[in-house]
Amino acid sequence: MSTITLAGKDIARTDDGFFEDPSQWTEDMVPDLAKSEGIEQLADRHWVVIRFMRSEYLTKGAGPSVRALGKSSGVPIKELYQLFPKGPAKQAAKIAGIPKPIGCI
Amino acid sequence: MTKRIVILGAGTGGTLTANRFARHAEEAGLEIIVIDKDDDHVYQPGLLFVPFGMAEAEHLVKSRRRQLHRGVDYIEAGIDHVEVDENQVVLEDGTNVPYDLLVVASGATLRPEETEGLMGPGWGRDVFTFYDMEGSIGLQKALAAMDHGRLVLNVIDMPIKCPVAPLEFTFLADAYFQGRGLRDDIEIVYATPLDGAFTKPEASKHLSHMLDDRHINLVTNFNTGEVDEEAKKLISYDGQELSYDLLVTIPLHGGANFVGMSPKLGDELDFIPTDPYTLQSKVADNIFVIGDAAGLSASKAGSVAHFEGEVLVPNILAWLAGKPMPESFDGHANCFIETGHHKALLIDFNYETEPLEGHFPGPFGLPLLKDSYLNHMGKLAFQQLYWHLLLPGHDIPMVKAQMPRAGKRNLEVKHVKTGE
Repeated sequence: MSTITLAGKDIARTDDGFFEDPSQWTEDMVPDLAKSEGIEQLADRHWVVIRFMRSEYLTKGAGPSVRALGKSSGVPIKELYQLFPKGPAKQAAKIAGIPKPIGCI
Repeated sequence: MTKRIVILGAGTGGTLTANRFARHAEEAGLEIIVIDKDDDHVYQPGLLFVPFGMAEAEHLVKSRRRQLHRGVDYIEAGIDHVEVDENQVVLEDGTNVPYDLLVVASGATLRPEETEGLMGPGWGRDVFTFYDMEGSIGLQKALAAMDHGRLVLNVIDMPIKCPVAPLEFTFLADAYFQGRGLRDDIEIVYATPLDGAFTKPEASKHLSHMLDDRHINLVTNFNTGEVDEEAKKLISYDGQELSYDLLVTIPLHGGANFVGMSPKLGDELDFIPTDPYTLQSKVADNIFVIGDAAGLSASKAGSVAHFEGEVLVPNILAWLAGKPMPESFDGHANCFIETGHHKALLIDFNYETEPLEGHFPGPFGLPLLKDSYLNHMGKLAFQQLYWHLLLPGHDIPMVKAQMPRAGKRNLEVKHVKTGE
């Protein structure tokens, strides 16, 4: 576990960088979170995905997989990889302040 | 008053559920109807062996109808969709089948068409899957004709049925080409979207050593975006390329097609949102789900459907009688992993506990996470248990629905959270 300061708040995160407490997240943290993922310029399409991740988590209790994201967010998988090159589900989950998407078995 | 239970699918989960209900049909006043599109029940674990000439395709198939006990009605028909609010199933010929309680046991389907280029000119020529009968027979010929080059086993994305089968395939391929004296001329590559050989850390470590020992190259984090079958290469979403001479692919999976045609029933991938413990769907109180059709974090495997059956039937009987559901599924899965040369490995795990070393079902049983001849014999013997004990809905001696804790090493310290 590690702690970072975002928008004046101390945020506890897991070793791999996911929020311990998703309720601490606010939208003004997004630009800093994106930068730490190597995303300097946030486009509207990034926001579509981030907000979608957030609402999926709030309604279903878990973030979607890349495939589910491609089918339901309105952003095709190819574009998801352009927006979040290091893995859309993981990166967008970190930026949206939600837990690591459930790995399928 | 008679209650009608309609079961969609006559595979592992549907058949054992129908037969377990049949025993209570009279006392509980049940009418049991099972619907499936054909009369071919395939013993799916056997498909792995067909490409290597270790099983005959025709020995893996029996009549669906004849696995069902007296008192179960079988309708051989395609399902068009389910009307959740009307409590009825609509068949492809337009017939309505109303139900009091619905059990969805329609499994998972292969969706190769969802991957760009996969069903192109190479499909059936140098691109195969062994996850269906046609593919596994075709692959037998393709392997027999191969004497040099690169064999790539590629899992496109999770979830898939029997997540260990792709690894087993590479182990068996290694032994097969050794047997033909060609191993030095064949490169075997295992390309997976996961960050390791398997989903569970402890087993992943073991399995990746086993790949190393066999000189099978492991490529991780490979998210296949398209297949170029002219150039014979896989291209990942982030632009990596992997060329092949023979591609064995595990296509994308989804739920049954009718689920996608049924408003409110399934999720994005046409699996059904289900309570992981009671197996009641989250869609409607009178819909329950068993096996691969469920959108659960349990493995999509026959052993899981078997263990779920022991929980599902008492829960449904209680629910129909207006009582609290007595049983809770723990996510128990038990899989033999064939490692070649007449040996196999056994893993046993559930929602909470990853596969550990030790013995199953107790301290003096089969070795866990270690390959042995005994496990290989267990895997072969299982085919008989499947037809004669599991499908008829009997409990298998010594093997319980709840994961056994005895015999497992380091059980306390190696606790993992649900869903990780």
